[in-house]
Amino acid sequence: MGVIFVLIAFSLLVALIFLGAFFWAVKSGQFDDPQTPSMRMLFDDETKTNKTNTNQS
Amino acid sequence: MRTTQSIESIKCFHCGEDCDSNALHVEDKHFCCHGCKTVYGILNDHDLCNYYSLDANPGQTIRSTGVERKRFEYLNDPDVQKNLTDFKHGHTVSVTLFIPGIHCTSCVWLLENLQKINEGVLRGTVNFLKRTVNIVYDSSVTDLRSIVELLTTIGYEPNLKLEQLEERKTSGIQRSLWLKLGVAGFCFGNIMLFSFPEYLKMDQSGSSEMFRYFFSGLNIALALPVLLYSSIDYLKSAWAALSQKGINLDVPISIGIVALFSRSLYEILSGTGPGYLDSFTGFIFFLLIGKMVQKKTFDRLSFDRDYKSYLPISVIRVSDFGTEQSIPVNKLNIGDQIIIRNQELVPSDSVLQSEEAQIDYSFITGESEPVTIRKGEQIFAGAKIVGGHAHMLASKKVEHSYLTQLWENEAFKDTSKEDRVTSFADRISPHFTITVLSIAVLALVTWWQIDPSRAFNIFTAVLIIACPCALALSTPFTLGATVNILSLNGLYVKNTEVVEELSKANAFVFDKTGTLTESEKNSVRFAGDPLSAKELKIAASVFRKSIHPLSKNIFHSLGIRDLLDSDDYYEVPGKGAFAKFRETTICIGNRSFILDQAGLNDNEVPYPKSTGSVVHIVIQGEYKGYYELENRVRDGLAELLNSIDEGNEAYLLSGDNERDAAKLSQLFPHWKVMLFNQSPAQKLDFIEELKKDDKHVVMIGDGLNDAGALRASNFGIAISDDMSSFSPACDAIAESGSLNKLNKLVNFSRVSFRIIIISFMISLLYNLTGLGFAITGHLSPLVAAILMPLSSVSIMAFTNITTRLKAKNMGLRIWV
Repeated sequence: MGVIFVLIAFSLLVALIFLGAFFWAVKSGQFDDPQTPSMRMLFDDETKTNKTNTNQS
Repeated sequence: MRTTQSIESIKCFHCGEDCDSNALHVEDKHFCCHGCKTVYGILNDHDLCNYYSLDANPGQTIRSTGVERKRFEYLNDPDVQKNLTDFKHGHTVSVTLFIPGIHCTSCVWLLENLQKINEGVLRGTVNFLKRTVNIVYDSSVTDLRSIVELLTTIGYEPNLKLEQLEERKTSGIQRSLWLKLGVAGFCFGNIMLFSFPEYLKMDQSGSSEMFRYFFSGLNIALALPVLLYSSIDYLKSAWAALSQKGINLDVPISIGIVALFSRSLYEILSGTGPGYLDSFTGFIFFLLIGKMVQKKTFDRLSFDRDYKSYLPISVIRVSDFGTEQSIPVNKLNIGDQIIIRNQELVPSDSVLQSEEAQIDYSFITGESEPVTIRKGEQIFAGAKIVGGHAHMLASKKVEHSYLTQLWENEAFKDTSKEDRVTSFADRISPHFTITVLSIAVLALVTWWQIDPSRAFNIFTAVLIIACPCALALSTPFTLGATVNILSLNGLYVKNTEVVEELSKANAFVFDKTGTLTESEKNSVRFAGDPLSAKELKIAASVFRKSIHPLSKNIFHSLGIRDLLDSDDYYEVPGKGAFAKFRETTICIGNRSFILDQAGLNDNEVPYPKSTGSVVHIVIQGEYKGYYELENRVRDGLAELLNSIDEGNEAYLLSGDNERDAAKLSQLFPHWKVMLFNQSPAQKLDFIEELKKDDKHVVMIGDGLNDAGALRASNFGIAISDDMSSFSPACDAIAESGSLNKLNKLVNFSRVSFRIIIISFMISLLYNLTGLGFAITGHLSPLVAAILMPLSSVSIMAFTNITTRLKAKNMGLRIWV
């Protein structure tokens, strides 16, 4: 039955990683604007002349 | 002999407005004006025509007036730049601009691809809901002024107002609420999982003790962040209320939190039981969901505007040497000479230096007819200059002007309007808390006599089960759904708390100007011989040039944008105008002006039988006919007023003159009071008087002149034709089209309060059931773990479903 401790510790670790990912997502502003990203995904990738990415900073 | 002028519809490729027959062409594309064509040219040159493929005709109409480059000179001022920029690091500068024109996918795309036009722009990020764009640029390559000029050229003029020069607000509340919710959800889920072994009694073997300590320890470790982080706002709020000797709803909640946690800790540490940590974390999780629902606001609408949002950010100052310079208005000093151009607002009280100027005071008084001011006379801040520019001397600082004095009134000083609104839930909490505490003490005393060893357990069990979880959820969920439905029906409420004020309304005060009558869609009719295409073009050109509001409306109704330049033009304000286009002369105006100017005989010009305004038109000395305009009362208004009449009172409070009084009283005979020529301060006082008579006042207004009254009323509604435009401080913003539904919406808010009361009953029922378990000593952690989430979820479902069903029955829109 000792393996249960390992399993639980591991499952908690995985859950904590997801919590951390959630924190990162909130902190990086992904929950601030629920609308615009849904429009942004409609933009076509540039194929013609201009190859520079739109998101360089 | 009446004809309606209509223009065949070729849509402008850029902005989608109708073009006339003289539209401009590029390849196979039509444009209504040079401005639109120019924008297309710029976008085409920079490979940005994708703009037109995302949405059809996405552009803004570019008025042919063009951009005056000097206007943005003040953006070179380091102080202004410092206030507008979010951060600056070396040459990288980030600035957030509010652009009301953002309205579709194409806008987002174009504003995020600005770097293709201006090399210095590094990145643009649009927030569609807030109508803002965040631009990061390299200040060694470009500057703020060229970016703003570029935006203005392509039709996305940022709204730069005085308020941005003062403070910058940061919004971190929403993010921290998400984080708290995330922590609570994470801990709740895990604790529930770790509590299962105990509930199922699966371990009868020897290793059970070890498991129990392990799981219980984990549960405590997981519950701590919930107590110390997620629930801290409730504890703080309860503490604040108690230290002011008051009880709000957070007090019984906090009692529950403390009872749950300390009892669980005691049980686990003493080895007497598994504790209620799953109930505890679940409780916090559901509460935070409720808070989230309540916090849902309308980001792009601003409800707390004052005069600063109206006044321009800059003004042109003339130095002693005669040079013109654009300066930020808060640097304007008494005695500075300034130039205000056509359609610009006067930022501070000033004395006119030009010979004569036409002033539109509609912002302040609601009166739309321009007045003439002569040299040496006083002009108040907030006045709009119409026709030509005017020189003036500033006689007061911006913050001391007449207009801004309104904000010095008590109604504005009292910033705690929100605090005065104590919610229904908060009002019953003292009773609730006292009842629960006395039941708990009673149980403690009774059990002390029966079985002292269990008495303390029973006491805490009562406190735990009486925790008003469902009670605390009824209000946010019902009101959250209500606010949602109200917004679908065109009434955008500031927050959920003010809905209660709306539901109590029994006196409705209307401001006439703009609220009851429609400004843009005046019904323009032409009577007389139909004009030829060329004559129409000439007429449109002269109407465009004229400063009179009637001319503006006629010009818009003609829909002609390809205009001619006049060789000769003069106007007698308020009477008429005369113009010459090469060999053609044209004369527009009232009857006496026409007779005088065109030299017609009295019998050549008819007396129109019209209740509205009439503009006669004479071309080449020949009488052509007249345009007739009616200041039309808004659609559905009669219906609204009649529905209000049942048990409520309607008042009319107008800054305008009496000219429409007869029509308005004919429309609705039951006005309790009709007042005209009211100043902003008089309006405010009138509202205060009504409130002293124990009336719950809903004020419906639009202009800045209503700002005081809107603020003083119990529930101020600002009417807006264009949701992104500015409106004064208020509790709700209504689309003008939804005004006729107002009474229905008020009734709906009343219904939602009945729903809250019913859901209170249901949650009390849950509490009573729980109390039955608690007092008899049967409240096991398992019962609590089932009862608490069950009550929360059922309240959420009940409030949401009933609110929507009721709205549907009342004929309101409930889906997008």
